[in-house]
Amino acid sequence: MSASILILGARSDIARACAHRYAREGHAVQLAARDPETLEDDATDLRLRYGVGVTVHGFDVLETDGFAAFLDGLPVLPEVALCAIGVMGDQHESQVDPAAATVVLRSNFEGPALVLGLLAERFKARGRGTIIGISSVAGDRGRASNYVYGAAKAGFSAFLSGLRNRFAGTGVAVITVKPGFVATRMTEDLDLNPRLTATPDAVADAIWTAQTKRRDVIYVKKIWALIMFIIRALPERIFKKTRL
Amino acid sequence: MQLSGWGRYPRVDGQLDAPRDAKALAALIGTAPLIARGMGRAYGDSAVGKTTVSMRHFNRMIAFDGENGQLVAEAGVTLGEIVDSFLPRGWFLSVTPGTQFVSLGGAIAADVHGKNHHSEGSFGRYVDWIDLIGAEGQITRCSRTDNADLFHWTLGGMGLTGIVLRAAIRLKRVESGWIRQTTIPARNLDEALDAFEDTYSATYSMAWIDCLATGDTMGRSIVMNGEHAGRADLPSDRRAHPFDMPRHGRRRVPFDFPGFVLNPLSVRLFNAAYYQKGLRTPSTGLVGWGPFFYPLDAIRDWNRIYGRKGFMQFQAVLPMESHAEGLRAVLAAIARTRAGSFLAVLKRFGAQDSRLSFPMEGYTLALDFPVNRRSLALMPELDRITADHGGRFYLAKDSRMSAETLRRTDPRWAAFAQFRHESGLASRFASAQSERLGV
Repeated sequence: MSASILILGARSDIARACAHRYAREGHAVQLAARDPETLEDDATDLRLRYGVGVTVHGFDVLETDGFAAFLDGLPVLPEVALCAIGVMGDQHESQVDPAAATVVLRSNFEGPALVLGLLAERFKARGRGTIIGISSVAGDRGRASNYVYGAAKAGFSAFLSGLRNRFAGTGVAVITVKPGFVATRMTEDLDLNPRLTATPDAVADAIWTAQTKRRDVIYVKKIWALIMFIIRALPERIFKKTRL
Repeated sequence: MQLSGWGRYPRVDGQLDAPRDAKALAALIGTAPLIARGMGRAYGDSAVGKTTVSMRHFNRMIAFDGENGQLVAEAGVTLGEIVDSFLPRGWFLSVTPGTQFVSLGGAIAADVHGKNHHSEGSFGRYVDWIDLIGAEGQITRCSRTDNADLFHWTLGGMGLTGIVLRAAIRLKRVESGWIRQTTIPARNLDEALDAFEDTYSATYSMAWIDCLATGDTMGRSIVMNGEHAGRADLPSDRRAHPFDMPRHGRRRVPFDFPGFVLNPLSVRLFNAAYYQKGLRTPSTGLVGWGPFFYPLDAIRDWNRIYGRKGFMQFQAVLPMESHAEGLRAVLAAIARTRAGSFLAVLKRFGAQDSRLSFPMEGYTLALDFPVNRRSLALMPELDRITADHGGRFYLAKDSRMSAETLRRTDPRWAAFAQFRHESGLASRFASAQSERLGV
């Protein structure tokens, strides 16, 4: 039987690139997102290109009560589970509107953490599996420009770190991905420095490599590891005066 | 932002949109004259306009019929992706140009040709139907039987009849990913032309030609023919996996070469070395599909060799009868100005029966020139020689021809312009090239 990957948030550009990357390696693909019918064109494309099995599934990251049933409904418990769900939100709106902030916090932290937590239990029962969470450099240190999103991603990174710690030495691997800037729908209208910006395909390649080389935490472009090292190392009394 | 084609000349200021679905794409129609852009591999300004629509998000394959080889795909799918997906299952492109980094939509719009034009025609021959977004944003399916007029103007119509959204093409069956290549050195133009005529029955043929050789060696060439290798043609250790290829190193041109790197001496040395290498190559052998069809694809960003100012390609076809005289006149003009080209390609075309496509029975010559004063002075002279010999030009390569030259050499475009006008397409779809050429 061939390996399979579950992709949560399958409509995002990074998720689509990962679906191609894993399908090219012969993985069957389970695509999950809200409105699963919108995934059918991608499913057909993947089947045609790579000759792999592809299924589509409805999944709403805010419906935590439905997570167990969602996992029960998958055709097979996958070898790999990747969560690419991310909602940037609008920082100003999140500051003044608790409802808006709640969506950002739940979509980036609560939902992804809880569903991957349930998957981890099932992987543990089986004795193997890989969990891949797409977190963010924004979670490495809270900044004025996006700290609601950043706080959610920080929580998600901490949750993944805890899972990894718990399962160290078992057959369950946990990988945290911090992509940095990526040229996607989310960033289409931003003016990003091309030297700091990865393509979705580069993110997918980095994730595949991280899995095959059994990495724990990766930055997609190496320079981000350096940038975030410096940002994390700045003393708070200096950092608080910066406008990054 | 500034946009240009593969030659990086000319650069045109304009807006670039990248819609994600057909609805968003249709909504752009009528806001301004548009031109669709695939991989940006047209050399000049064919896929560059005031408002350019990138088709990169339309990159899904839709259906494949394993009986008749019909593939349905969105316009932004590249020919290379088609090879990657279907060669392992025994299917190859019926026609492919010299790079795999072109989109399906671009291949249709330029009605591209390959090394098998003389034997198997151009890309359009293998297109079953096209879904085109028209002047009102509507989707029209056109084929040889439905909306045939639109279909025939779209093959080679340079994206000016609407935006290709998806299309159905036929792939061909092959037994392996290997080509049986035969190499024939030719000491001058006459020998090269003789070699093409003597080996006309070959499926694939083309020649690299030294455009700087003069006198007795003018037009010296390495003529290369090829056939898809059958399983039985392969060495025994490859027969079990006839589509597996050894990995080829990929190189990349890391920066723009300064202008002085390409000078008459370096180009002459390169050409002489290439010819000598051709003489040493065994006359027959097996070559993988990559090096055979796409030798330059192994060097990413090779257009940077020509430096920041970019380069132009001259590609014309000369009809039978006047071709030898015309080619000689072109080569003499190039050698005289010493505006030599690294890569010059000579190729025999067969008959072409489509309405607007570039090829016609005869010989086509393609040459790259760095953008500089010497080249810019030479090109109109080459245009004139081509026109005097009844030839015409390939718009997918053109970046600087005059409207007058197009009118004189290719009256079909006047009829095309009239069709565009009458169908309400002229105000909706336009490229920098179509405006320059008045079509």
